[in-house]
Amino acid sequence: MLPGLITAALLLLFVGGCIWLWLPSHKPAMDAAAQMPLDDDKEETA
Amino acid sequence: MVGVEGSYSDKVIRQFAVMTVVWGVVGMLVGVIIAAQLYWPGLDFDIPWLSYGRLRPLHTNAVIFAFGGSALFATSLYTVQRTCHVRLLSDKLASFIFWGWQLVIVAAAITLPLGLTQGKEYAELEWPIDILITIVWVAYGVLFFGTIAKRKVKHIYVANWFYGAYIITIALLHIVNNIAIPAGWFKSYSVYSGSVDAMVQWWYGHNAVGFFLTTAFLGMMYYFVPKQAGRPIYSYRLSIVHFWALIAVYMWAGPHHLQYTALPDWAQSLGMVFSLVLLAPSWGGAINGILTLSGVWYKLRTDPILKFLIVSLSFYMMSTFEGPMMSIKTVNSLSHYTDWTIGHVHSGALGWVAMISIGSIYAMLPRLLNLPKMYSTKLIDTHFWLHTIGLVVYIASMWIAGVMQGLMWRATDPENGTLVYSFVEALNATKPYYLFRLGGGLIVLSGMLVMGWNVYKTFRMKAVSTAPQPLLPPDAADARA
Repeated sequence: MLPGLITAALLLLFVGGCIWLWLPSHKPAMDAAAQMPLDDDKEETA
Repeated sequence: MVGVEGSYSDKVIRQFAVMTVVWGVVGMLVGVIIAAQLYWPGLDFDIPWLSYGRLRPLHTNAVIFAFGGSALFATSLYTVQRTCHVRLLSDKLASFIFWGWQLVIVAAAITLPLGLTQGKEYAELEWPIDILITIVWVAYGVLFFGTIAKRKVKHIYVANWFYGAYIITIALLHIVNNIAIPAGWFKSYSVYSGSVDAMVQWWYGHNAVGFFLTTAFLGMMYYFVPKQAGRPIYSYRLSIVHFWALIAVYMWAGPHHLQYTALPDWAQSLGMVFSLVLLAPSWGGAINGILTLSGVWYKLRTDPILKFLIVSLSFYMMSTFEGPMMSIKTVNSLSHYTDWTIGHVHSGALGWVAMISIGSIYAMLPRLLNLPKMYSTKLIDTHFWLHTIGLVVYIASMWIAGVMQGLMWRATDPENGTLVYSFVEALNATKPYYLFRLGGGLIVLSGMLVMGWNVYKTFRMKAVSTAPQPLLPPDAADARA
């Protein structure tokens, strides 16, 4: 019983985490984070 | 000139980058020698130090921990500084890690041919060297996480998550699997026994693949693929899901190395199921890397570094499809103990690990030397084709040999149930493929020699400069979540 509940809770946590990540309000922050490897190239061209 | 306080600590990265190439050549040379020994067994000249059983662990340790390890030290310490906008926590600690790791490698190169081994695959080194590894690794953790702790940007870039998970997990795996009772300076006995020993060993062995040879190199992918493509990663959100899914699942897949052994049946099935589940995060991450080229696919025509990086992801996808398939018990009953496994391993090691490392070193080195590019782009392209062709010859020969071996070993006479073929007959049938494997390995090694020459000439270029590179300003972090 308990292992089943833990598994279900972990699954819900995973699905909830995905939903949280894809909230439209997080898009600007995600887009900004994705730019981080390119920051020094921008510095060079600036 | 930029002041030292305002620049990156790149000396240790240059050192590790050079040693990546050196150990790559050495490790693959030993691989070629033992491949030749399998075809011409007399090549050990009856000298114990040159016997296959002693040189094989030297090959695996050299390519995994010396070549792969050096590439990971170099790229992780490069990435963490550039994405955190700070210098490494301590130059002295960085220097200690470099020389400590080289000492580990030299100690391995001396003790393994002497036959000093714990007898655990990928964990052969005896206890004094294990303690040295632990000290160096803890120092590495302090340096890496200490650098993150003093970062000037709020967000920790996802590549650092992968590198961080690898550092923590390898510490755990190394210590738990190597707990042993010393019986002298060069001999020890594991505290585990029987099937528990086997399970601990393959929990370690598989996660050495999972966290040393996969998670860490994914960190490399998440920094260098966007960097070389000049575009951000296809989906940053997917990279976060990729991270959590991968590290949650990988730990449980180890028992697939022990199918049809004394390990409890439920544990074997558990390993199989988790191996199959692993396909999802593995392919999700690889697709994320490949789709980063959306809109700039044309760059593959002219940029051999990008070709190395993207083809490495193709081999990653192939290996992470093949691995779960081989973990299925019915498939495993055919593939286990055959050269199919060797083909699979080299598809991952030479295709994924080596190609992403080589591509990253080519991408990083000119930046470390304040040069616009490597000495010769044409030689990088030559290296790419030598590596790819050699690799395909290698793995195709091992795939064919392995499936043939499995079929010959299991063939029984329906009349009386006896084996159709003796072991020697299967071995004899395998022999021509060992020659093809040797040829493939030689081609890959020749590519590494081309890389060595290109790296040497790049260091010798007149414009070479190792002037400190300025840190990125902290205000770039304002936009971060």
